[in-house]
Amino acid sequence: MLGDVSTRLFTDLVTPELIADAEKGEWPDALWRAVEENGLTLPLVPESKGGAGAAWGNVFVLVAAAGRHAAPIPFAETIVASWLLSEAGLGVPEGPLTIAPGGADEWLQLERAGDEWRVQGTAKRVPWGASAGHVVVVGESNGTPMVGLVARGAVQAAPEKNLALEPRDTLSFDGTPAVAAAPVKLPLDVVRTYGALVRSAQMAGALERMLALSVKYVTERKQFGRPIGNFQAIQHQLALLAGHVAAAGTAADTAFRAAERGDLRYEVAVAKVRTGEAAGLGAGIAHQVHGAIGFTYEHSLHFFTRRLWSWRAEYGAEAHWAEELGRAVAQRGPAELWPYVTSR
Amino acid sequence: MATFQFDLCELPPEAESLRGEVRQFLRENLKTAAISRSRSWGGFDREFSRKLGARGWIGMTWPKKYGGHERTFLERYVVMEEMLAAGAPVSAHWVADRQSGPLLLRFGTEEQRERFLPAITRGEMSFAIGMSEPDSGSDLASLRTRAERVAGGYRVNGSKIWTSNAHKSEYMIATFRTATDPKDRHAGLTQFLVETKSPGITINPIIDLTGEHHFNLILFEDVFVPEEMRVGAEGAGWAQVTTELAFERSGPERYLSAMALILELVRAAGPDPTERQAIAIGRVMAHLNTLRQLSLSISGMLQAGQNPNLEAAVVKDLGTTFEQEIPQIAHDVLGLEPSPGTGSQLHQVLAYLTQSVPSHSLRGGTREVLRGIIARGLGLR
Repeated sequence: MLGDVSTRLFTDLVTPELIADAEKGEWPDALWRAVEENGLTLPLVPESKGGAGAAWGNVFVLVAAAGRHAAPIPFAETIVASWLLSEAGLGVPEGPLTIAPGGADEWLQLERAGDEWRVQGTAKRVPWGASAGHVVVVGESNGTPMVGLVARGAVQAAPEKNLALEPRDTLSFDGTPAVAAAPVKLPLDVVRTYGALVRSAQMAGALERMLALSVKYVTERKQFGRPIGNFQAIQHQLALLAGHVAAAGTAADTAFRAAERGDLRYEVAVAKVRTGEAAGLGAGIAHQVHGAIGFTYEHSLHFFTRRLWSWRAEYGAEAHWAEELGRAVAQRGPAELWPYVTSR
Repeated sequence: MATFQFDLCELPPEAESLRGEVRQFLRENLKTAAISRSRSWGGFDREFSRKLGARGWIGMTWPKKYGGHERTFLERYVVMEEMLAAGAPVSAHWVADRQSGPLLLRFGTEEQRERFLPAITRGEMSFAIGMSEPDSGSDLASLRTRAERVAGGYRVNGSKIWTSNAHKSEYMIATFRTATDPKDRHAGLTQFLVETKSPGITINPIIDLTGEHHFNLILFEDVFVPEEMRVGAEGAGWAQVTTELAFERSGPERYLSAMALILELVRAAGPDPTERQAIAIGRVMAHLNTLRQLSLSISGMLQAGQNPNLEAAVVKDLGTTFEQEIPQIAHDVLGLEPSPGTGSQLHQVLAYLTQSVPSHSLRGGTREVLRGIIARGLGLR
């Protein structure tokens, strides 16, 4: 249901022109408002607080749809941010939200000053860090993990971008006042884990679209008197891509199911490694079968490949998550390997 | 475009409690070393298969009136994956359980089902697969071994090749040509139950590059096959053999065949692996877990009565590619010299699997044939 609504909406509104304008720095306000008005941005917030009251397992299709359409808004970030606020018992403001910190060794502090909370520390490459209405931060206060809500403009932002020209701004919190803050029973690196979770779904969606674009192109493009999709060399490349797409979708879907159980780190690692690998190999195949036209800005393929090349590195690249996964497996030892796999 | 739909499949509690029984059974009945386990579903042990039969773990989904147990595909999946992960010697019943029995259930006569299925479920009857011929491999429709009608049955002349375990199997299900239609190569094929001890059959071993004897070349010289051993209608062989291949491709054996080396790799890396080893192991686990979910999803489709032929081709291609990477990864991160017959279990398993994995993307349909099937599913053919 949520998936159908989001797919219809993204199909109607996310045009190549809209993505290109967003890459020039234009905020796609109509798209955002449509997504928000259709109740898609707060799937995990309880219905009593204005959300959809859904579970993580239902969110995969939503986030994958955003990736499938390269929607240039902090949609996945808002879903995670609003969930974090709800987990901390805080109200969710309207408008786009983002999350921080997502880096490997980034930690923020929250300090009480009178009757308000202040945030200290640096968070690099925060999606729409300067333009989102609020930043939802996770940090610690005397050893307790806290969720804080910081309004746009309250924090100093240095603009940067990823390959898809999505904003990835460095935020310098310097005793920045939080609108609200509350303790939460979540680990301090929760943003990185859930960031990796949603990126894996976005990648799965983008990979699906890349396959669809590739199949369409090789069916239409003729060389040597016939569609290039008639050539076995092309067919086998796309069959290989289809395999990566299937694996990426299943890995990401499985991680969302684990998130619903609340014990997701293993599956997130699996998903980020597998979708990241599919992203790199898949983008290579898609560009090869598209030939030179796929290397132009005019063709839409790059909206997906440039995202995949960035998303696979965000919130931990394959090597990062694979190392964590490998160390955990090695620690448990060979006798526990298979029992652990089947227990998940 | 056709999208490949892999819905997640959650195993029900009865399947998980069955897992405990299977593990207990394996602890008691499987005490072999890693090198034996690396044979995976290639290991042949009739006594072991009989024990499984006695436990009700062969023909699990078949009707009780044929000796089956009317359990779910998901329960069967659990038994299969536990056998494969442990490297149990299941080859004496694997083919019959996976494809010969289901084929008879679907296309066989009542008499054939009553005669063969109970013996299979007891683990007492092994089947070989009679598809490839010396001039017909991937191009299966080109096969030429003829079955001519004679009084009371058929007379077979020709040959079959790469017939694994024919020398240990009581029967094979073979596809022969009963008619030739120059306009339709897929017409005129018919499947038969053939007793391997029939007069006129010569089984010649073919030694593989690991020095082992699984393959055979079977020569048929005026072999009489009785009418009642024909499976399905005359000329219906192509549709049946493609159904049989779908059974053959749909199981977890297509990604778990290198499990013994994964376990030895983790053992060798130890509890505190180098960064390079940890990354390699983590990547293996990411693939292993994902393949398991894909494979489970196929079992869910089978349970729902769907025909996941296309999805099975996708998973077999991904799974065998994964299996073939394992010796390469072990080589890259450990750099050991493979050592057949001597040295540690790791050395021996590495030696065996390095040499045997090339067959994984040949058996049951080559990678190229599978990619053709997948491309057709994408609408490109």
